Amino acid sequence: MPSFVILEKCDGCKGQDKTACMYICPQDLMVLDKEKMKAWNRAPDMCWECYNCVKICPQQAVDVRGYADFVPMGASCVPLRGSQDIMWTVKFRGGMVKRFKFPIRTTPEGQCVPFPADWPTETDDIRSPMLCTEPKSMGQDTFPTLKK
Amino acid sequence: MANFETVVVNTDLLIIGGGMSAAGAAFEAAHWAKKHNLKVTVVDKAAMDRSGAVAMGLSAINQYVAYGKNRNTLEDYVHYVRQDLMGISREDLVYDIARHVDSSVHLFEKWGLPIWKDENGEYVHEGRWQIMINGESYKVIVAEAAKNAMNEAGYKDWLYERVFIVEPLMDGDKCIGGVGFSVRENKFYVFLAKATMALMGGAVHVFRPRSVGEGLGRAWYPPWNAGSTAYFTIRAGAEMTSQEVRFIPIRFKDGYGPVGAWFLLFKSRATNCHGEEYMVTRKDELPKWAPYGLAKPMPANLRNWLGMEDIMDGKGPIFMRTEEAIANLAAKYKDDPKAFKKKMKELEAEAWEDFLDMTISQALLWAGMDIQPEEKSSEIAPAEPYFIGSHSGASGAWVCGASDVMPPEYAKDWEKVGQYVGMTTVKGLFTAGDGSGASSHKFSSGSHAEGRIAAKGAIAYILDNNTAPTVDDATVNKWKETILAPLARFEQYASVSSDPDINHEFIKPKMFMFRLQKIMDEYCAGVSAQFKTNKALLERGLELLGMLKEDSVKLAAEDLHELLRAWENTHRMWIAESHLRHVLFREESRWPGYYFRADYPDMDEANWKCFVNSVYNPQTGEWNMMKKPVVNIC
Repeated sequence: MPSFVILEKCDGCKGQDKTACMYICPQDLMVLDKEKMKAWNRAPDMCWECYNCVKICPQQAVDVRGYADFVPMGASCVPLRGSQDIMWTVKFRGGMVKRFKFPIRTTPEGQCVPFPADWPTETDDIRSPMLCTEPKSMGQDTFPTLKK
Repeated sequence: MANFETVVVNTDLLIIGGGMSAAGAAFEAAHWAKKHNLKVTVVDKAAMDRSGAVAMGLSAINQYVAYGKNRNTLEDYVHYVRQDLMGISREDLVYDIARHVDSSVHLFEKWGLPIWKDENGEYVHEGRWQIMINGESYKVIVAEAAKNAMNEAGYKDWLYERVFIVEPLMDGDKCIGGVGFSVRENKFYVFLAKATMALMGGAVHVFRPRSVGEGLGRAWYPPWNAGSTAYFTIRAGAEMTSQEVRFIPIRFKDGYGPVGAWFLLFKSRATNCHGEEYMVTRKDELPKWAPYGLAKPMPANLRNWLGMEDIMDGKGPIFMRTEEAIANLAAKYKDDPKAFKKKMKELEAEAWEDFLDMTISQALLWAGMDIQPEEKSSEIAPAEPYFIGSHSGASGAWVCGASDVMPPEYAKDWEKVGQYVGMTTVKGLFTAGDGSGASSHKFSSGSHAEGRIAAKGAIAYILDNNTAPTVDDATVNKWKETILAPLARFEQYASVSSDPDINHEFIKPKMFMFRLQKIMDEYCAGVSAQFKTNKALLERGLELLGMLKEDSVKLAAEDLHELLRAWENTHRMWIAESHLRHVLFREESRWPGYYFRADYPDMDEANWKCFVNSVYNPQTGEWNMMKKPVVNIC
């Protein structure tokens, strides 16, 4: 099915004009049925299984069932994405369950500093090949050029 | 048909796309545009946090040169790419990206991307140029930096999400923006800009994928890459290069999970049904592709080719020997049961994270087949062809290099239009990442760096050409009518038949895509043709593509989502034609593991050690094919 919505859990993001899954899907697949107040995947065969709808859903109402044309049935991969790491529960066809936890970022969400103070841009020349934060951000004191 | 409001947005720099290149461009532009009091606008068909090819995440950064750590030189990288692309690369572009890429990687780390470190605090290298990351949120972090940079610079209302740009807007020979529509509301958009960056990624689903049922969407490269960058640059009249150099990755079969960690980090072997390693048994094939076949590392396409030859000889399936690789890695701990158990646990987590960070489908496929990599091998196979100039393909626009490294042989192409780094041969039109050609092996990090390079070039262009573009109402209305036509066509004809999708008057986007994929697969060296073609097949394919092109004006869309698909598939059709014409023009086989010209089975260094470039003339509809020399810079 690729991603699908568990009807019992989906609350249509409580009547906002768009749901979290609609907001995030890179492929424009998730849609809100405003009458039923349930989201759905309108083209499962164009789904990449990127899991972004699964990860973002505040109700854990989106799941993925592997592509029916080549994935044997019975498995699932369920993520729980926090602000610093992600937990995966992988259930095998034979019933075995494995859990993994991986870090996802080292800075507080939303607060990354784009231009680090210790990496000033050492040119004002728009024609110079040197970019902002360089050369310090390159790990260099001088800007490299071709040795001819 | 519903009434569509026309929204006109005036800006200085227009960035189309939201992936790695676009995020790099927005970050860099925030610095330089603010300094010069210029406006920047970003238009993305998706949500920037998760748009582009890195939407799912990545488990490695494939371009990190580490020249500041005296590990490699920039020249080493130029030599590496030259070798991998069988001698054909824009070495000035490769050099320039290589010198900026470490800056982007170091910024990623500062912004919050977890990069694996060894006991000395150094990055863990997967291979010479590749480093391992915990990359689930790679794109989220990079998008966040771009957004914070723009917001902190004081820009407001600069980001338009869920707006799909269809066509370049031209004023004579100058690009002045783009036109498109919202995929969420009935709005037609006109973006007018002094400089435009086309950063909409590569192309997938031009060729028929291996899985055509529910798994249709599981291409290796994401299905939202619709060839929109190539379409935009081709239609603007920009010179294109290396459009014949598609990329075919060998990946875990069907799920398309990454193999890099297995081959490079875990040192796994791949073996056929006889237990033979094609890299060993077929090594006598390599002198035929000398000098590239005999040098190290072996070009990706030749590694593909040796595996493909095994498959074509009926020696499949090919298995990645994961159980053997893990056993070898854990072997040195075998006398210490506690250390052995710890190592096995660590390797298992690394193997699963490799998939869960970037190709969750492959983890699901392993779980569905009860595969534990430490116990059982997994099948690998060549995927279908993709257009991804940032990886080991090379298709894209011919762009201006940096002034201190671009050889005069290339510089003359920008004499008339002005020399601005990252600019195509069309005034005011810039591209990077999958959009710029012949500068392969930039991957995610290099695409970010190249987006930054081109953004600075675009700001320099604006400062020298600082006049606000204008467009007349007739042009706007013409594009509005053309772009929305599939909606009108559906409304007009859907009710004539018992099936709203089937009548004589229109074709729906999905069937249009299938028709394109069938042509490309069967005539232009796709999976079912075993990646082989010849002149007669290509000419027949071109004939069929011509009829498809005629029928493209009959595309119909029942809603905004289908309108998006209708235009994406039109974009795919154009990159397909461009590709086929390049394959037809180059009368040799140079990248046999990407495609093989059965009528020219050899590489021809004397006549074809050159770029194949092309220009589409928007006025006459003609394609001008040409050779361009390859210049070695070091």
